[in-house]
This record gives sequence, C-alpha cells and structure tokens, in this order.
Amino acid sequence: MMVDALQVFLQGLFGSVFPLVWVLLKIVLIIAPLLLCVAYLTFWERKVIGWMQVRIGPNRVGPWGLIQPIADGVKLLLKEVLIPTGSDKSVFLIAPMFAFAPALAAWAVVPFNDTLVLANVNASLLYIMSVTSIGVYGIILAGWASNSKYAFLGGMRSAAQMISYEISMGLALVVVLMVSNSLNLGDIVHSQGKGIFADYGLGFLSWNWLPLLPMFAVYLVSIVAETNRAPFDMAEGESEIVGFHCEYSGMAFAVFFLAEYANMILVSTLTSLLFLGGWLSPVGFLPDGLLWLFVKIAAVLFFFLWIRATFPRYRYDQIMRLGWKVFIPLCLIWLVVVGCWMMSPLNIWK
Amino acid sequence: MEFKTFVFYFFSAILVFAGLRVITSRNPVHAALFLVLAFFSASGVWMLLQAEFLAIALILIYVGAVMVLFLFVVMMLDINLDRLREGFWSYLPLGSIIALLMVAEMALILGGNYLGLLESSVPQASAEASNVKAIGRLIFTQYVYPFELASVILLVGIVAAVALTQRGKRKNKSVNPSQQVFVKAADRLRVLQMPAEKRD
Repeated sequence: MMVDALQVFLQGLFGSVFPLVWVLLKIVLIIAPLLLCVAYLTFWERKVIGWMQVRIGPNRVGPWGLIQPIADGVKLLLKEVLIPTGSDKSVFLIAPMFAFAPALAAWAVVPFNDTLVLANVNASLLYIMSVTSIGVYGIILAGWASNSKYAFLGGMRSAAQMISYEISMGLALVVVLMVSNSLNLGDIVHSQGKGIFADYGLGFLSWNWLPLLPMFAVYLVSIVAETNRAPFDMAEGESEIVGFHCEYSGMAFAVFFLAEYANMILVSTLTSLLFLGGWLSPVGFLPDGLLWLFVKIAAVLFFFLWIRATFPRYRYDQIMRLGWKVFIPLCLIWLVVVGCWMMSPLNIWK
Repeated sequence: MEFKTFVFYFFSAILVFAGLRVITSRNPVHAALFLVLAFFSASGVWMLLQAEFLAIALILIYVGAVMVLFLFVVMMLDINLDRLREGFWSYLPLGSIIALLMVAEMALILGGNYLGLLESSVPQASAEASNVKAIGRLIFTQYVYPFELASVILLVGIVAAVALTQRGKRKNKSVNPSQQVFVKAADRLRVLQMPAEKRD
C-alpha cells in the first residue's frame, strides 16, 4: 500500500517526532479540501440561486465561471483592512479568528468511515458541541470591538439567536444519544445500521431520521438558524438590518464569511452522521463507503441553498419565538416520548 | 522532563497568568476574556487528569453559555473605574480577611494528603472506561436526590428571574405571534368585483 510505504518513509525521515508529523499531515489533509469546499460552496450557492431565479449566475471568470471563487479570494486579500477609530484593535482582530477556529477545530473528531478519523475519542459529540459553542464569541467580540452601535446591536442579536438555537439543537441531540447509547460519532453511525428495515436491505429506513422525524426537523431548522443563514439571517439581512460585521473589510470580513460556510459544511456533516446514517449505504446491495457520506453532506448543503432561494426572511421576534416557544417544548416532549418508547416492549433500538 | 509534565506546566502558567489579568486588567471586557482563557486552560488541566467529561462540560457550560451572557452584561454596563476604586482602602481589611480564609480553606484541601485529612487517595479512572457513562450512572442512582434538588433550585432561579423582570402587561404595540400565524389573506384583503364602466 502507498500509505504504508509513505508511513515507513516518514518514520525513517523524522524518527521520534514522526507521530507529530503524521498527525499534522492528516490535519492538512482534512483542512485543505475543506477550504476548497468552502470556496466552491460559495460558487455553487451563487449558481444554484441564480438558476432558481432564472438567471445564469457567475459565468465570466474561467470556464463556466469556475475560477470565480479564486478571483473573489484574491480580491478580498488585496483589499485594505480598515480598523475603525476608537475600536479595540486587538479584540477587533481576534474576533474573526474566534469565529473561524472552532469551525476547523471541530473536524478533529469527525469520522469519515470506520477507520478514517483523526481522533477517535469517546465523547466526540460532546467535544463538537463544546467547540462549536465558542464560535459565538467571534460575533459578540466583533460587535463590541467595532466601536459602532449598529455593529454592537447586530452582534447582540446574532449571539442571542445562536445561543437560543444551540439549546434546541442540544436537546434534539440528546434524543439521538439516548437511542444510540453512545457519544462517539462512529458508534452513533453504527447503531443506525441495525434494525428491521436494515435486515430487509432497506437501510435508509433504519436511520435516525425516520424514528426521530420531529427531532430531525427541529435539528434541520436549528442548524440553519445556528449558522445565521437565510431565512434566519439576522446577521446580514442587507436590505433591512445591519449586522455585526458592518465595520469589517477585506480579509477580516472574508474570515467571517469563511467561518459561516465552514460551519455550514460542519453542521451538514453532523446531520449526515447523526440522522442520515453517515457512510452507510441506503440499500443493502450497494457497499457502504466514503462516497455516501459526501453525497449526504452535499444534499444537506443543497437544502441550505434551496431554502435561501425559497423563503422570505423571518422577523427577529418570530425567530426567537420559534426557538424558545416551539422547538424547545417540542424537544422536551419528544424526549419523554422516546424515553417511554425505549422502556416499552416496542423498543426498536436494542 | 516528561512531556505530560511540560503540558501541565504550560497550561498552569497560562491559567495563573490569565487569572492575574482578570483582576488587574483595566478594561472589564478584557478581564472577562481573560476569564475565558482561564477556563480554557483549566479545562486543559482537567483533560490531563482524564476527566474528559468535566473538561468538556466546563467549556460547554462556562465558556459557551455563562461567559457569553456575562460578556453581554459587561459590554452594556457603563463601568466607571474611578468610582469603583473609591472605597479601596476602607474595604481592604474585610477583603483581606476573606482572602486569608479562602487561602486557608484551599490549603486544607490541597494539603489534605500531608495532613492526613483525606482517607482515600484520588480515584484513578481507567483510560478505557467512558467517563460520561460513569458520571451519568452515579447521578441517576447514588446521587439522584441531590441531583433532582439541584435542578429544582435551578428552576426556582429561572422562575425568580422571570418574576423579577415581569412588569405587568406589556403596554407597547407588539403583535401577538400566536394570533398572527393564523391570519389568512381574506382577513386582511378584500377583493372587489367591479364591472367595467363606459367613459362618457
């Protein structure tokens, strides 16, 4: 095998620091494609929304407009980063990093198939929840450090929204944890491969989305609100409301943008792993594999773009009402329902 | 020096530095941010003790939720440092007595092994067993009453917070969303049929 040969070669080259080099290499192997996906997700989004609105979308730079994200990146890199007077300079510059770093750090425990995972820890889902909860700092700090009332109010608004939906997301995940009896993402995927339908070769009916359908719906809407995407995009509702990053320019702004898209990919991956069976094949006669995970992630990402082109923006009080008064009670009730279900003879998760 | 020891001292040094900055920093927002850094380093130290659940819960709850709300408040307050410093010397004796008490308490716990106060040594968790499962099992069997009691206290706290901020009926013109969602087009809009008229 090529991988083994490379491993032996590097072992000879680096000696005792080899494990460190090997882990760094794996990190690069995760981060580099991720950033490429982020760049082309922005392109795909503009294309999809263009088609849905009977436009063409970007088609000028390169064949079919394929170089467009690179051109955008170069443009943003060359622009000046303005720092407003009276702003807290260090916090102003740390804020975008706070927003972006968690979106990357969470990938440390994401499994891609049975063996392909950087760190296979027991509490991997808990780790992801805690790491992603840090992302909210980027938003509040950006709002505060900008020394602008608009940015400050925008930061408050987005942060309150993210914290509220984190709760309903967390409660939906609790139900998933109950039925899969593990915090390890790999084990959660494996637990979805068992069941009556899976025995008939209809694996996709055994995945968590069907028995936990209300939680799947809650989770799907919550991740949209959590990543500040349309129709819950209070952070950048350009036409009516000013967001937390209104004082940012150039690459500092671009990092917030990258964070948003990296977070989208992350939550799509989590949805695929937790509810859509991860790398498991939907039907019995096809083999499981990495490809299925990518197809599912792409489908969830398409859902993000689709609803952005479809739904009008929610009003802020409606967003908060949906989170606190609809989703959280629904999750709590379903928690009890699933608990009773698991204790009853009809339990399907043994 | 073992690598683990190095990591421990690394985290501890950051922890102590961040703790010092929390009380010496002039800007309250910076102080709150250093507190976040302190939580982070403390979580790193706990991770070294293989208390993975506690370490992650510290970040999830304190960094992810409590400190965010804390920052909300600190950012919106107009804190005047000169007024805060006014009574420094008059409060100093009381403050130092409390500080000394706390140091004595910590010395009793930390020095418990030397003084023979602790009968058993710190239980060593095996690296294989899941920390989360063990804690969950204990909470719902051995410590179920204290656990339920704690949740009731939290509930009382929530009710109290709502009761404190509730000031009667709202007097503004906000809409009632539960009525709003049931609105139909026919309630708002009337389509009239008008025959076309001839111009004179």
